[in-house]
Amino acid sequence: MPKVKIPRKSTAIDMTAMCDVAFLLLSFFILATKQKPPEVLSVTPPESVSSKAAPDKSILITLTKDGKAFLMLGDDTKKEDILKDINTTKGLNLSAGELAKWKKQGFIGLPLNQIKSSLALSTEIPAAQMPGIPTDSTNNEMSDWLRSITNAYKGTAQNKLQEMLLVKGDNSVLYPAFKNIKQAFKKNEIYKFRIVTNGEAVPVGSELYNSQPK
Amino acid sequence: MAEMDTSSGGSHKKGPGVKKAKKLSTRVDLTPMVDLGFLLITFFVFTTTMSQSTAMNMNEPKDDPEQQLKVKNSGAMTILLGKNDQVYYYFGQLEADKVSEQFKSTNFKDIRGLILTKKKATNIDDLMYIIKSDKESTFKNAIDILDEMTISAVPPGHYAEVDMTDTEYQLIKQTEQANGIK
Repeated sequence: MPKVKIPRKSTAIDMTAMCDVAFLLLSFFILATKQKPPEVLSVTPPESVSSKAAPDKSILITLTKDGKAFLMLGDDTKKEDILKDINTTKGLNLSAGELAKWKKQGFIGLPLNQIKSSLALSTEIPAAQMPGIPTDSTNNEMSDWLRSITNAYKGTAQNKLQEMLLVKGDNSVLYPAFKNIKQAFKKNEIYKFRIVTNGEAVPVGSELYNSQPK
Repeated sequence: MAEMDTSSGGSHKKGPGVKKAKKLSTRVDLTPMVDLGFLLITFFVFTTTMSQSTAMNMNEPKDDPEQQLKVKNSGAMTILLGKNDQVYYYFGQLEADKVSEQFKSTNFKDIRGLILTKKKATNIDDLMYIIKSDKESTFKNAIDILDEMTISAVPPGHYAEVDMTDTEYQLIKQTEQANGIK
């Protein structure tokens, strides 16, 4: 009796299709996601149900874990005006060259009286070693900064400014640090600003959830 | 797809002494390439953020002493934020002889229900939530409680952040000690 021959098939699978899929997904992810901007200040903001996206261009006050305040001027068109304004109002005696150098720095985290000496240094001070902008009630330099900022956005640009003022704080910052920032805003008669948060879904069954159109 | 036609036309003659060139398969093993592809995918998935950060509106009241005394006792609920994510609350005004009944402690999980119960039981015009933050509460607490107001759809103007008084601070300290919160 002849044996039944089972045809032996190769176990090698054609990988071409799988390879195509892998690279298709890869290109999708590269294009669809935004690379995280290099964060010098690591901050985990709290969550909120707000769904409005934070604007890209902004004037951002960051509160780090240890309560230090940093300021980032994201609007390049006005940055120079703001720095010039604080230079004159607070008498920092910066030369044009120093101002230009200052403008290139990413963020501000030094008390005003240390600015001039820091600009004389050849390298920038790393963020972790910066003491932050003083915000306590005796010497609230944040309010000086905000005054210069409002000066730079006089007139019609005022509405634009309201959109841009952001406060980003770490979850574990103690409340007084945030209160000092609020005080600085109030001193300059700014009553509206925005808090950067991570988006969160509205809890099912809550009042807000029920009032939203489905 | 990955193969190529390698069968040459065979136009040139091959003499008896000419060795037949071994025909190599052009089929490339794509397995490592697939591996690499998926490795890169995982890398990108982990390094990038899909969620964009959002912005929450914050409206501060103008400092106006005349406005502060207009809250009706029946409609007021004071929420106090303590350390370790503790929440304390009382209704109306603290009365010296009834403090222990009035002053209650809760947490962020249960506060939503309390806010809602108060909202439903009170005439909307009288409703007022007064939020006070302790020195040791965190930024997260302050934002969370404002978020709770949004979640419970409390209309703006019916909640306000106010500075804590000394009596309240002492009460929190006592409760913390009693509850063993360090």
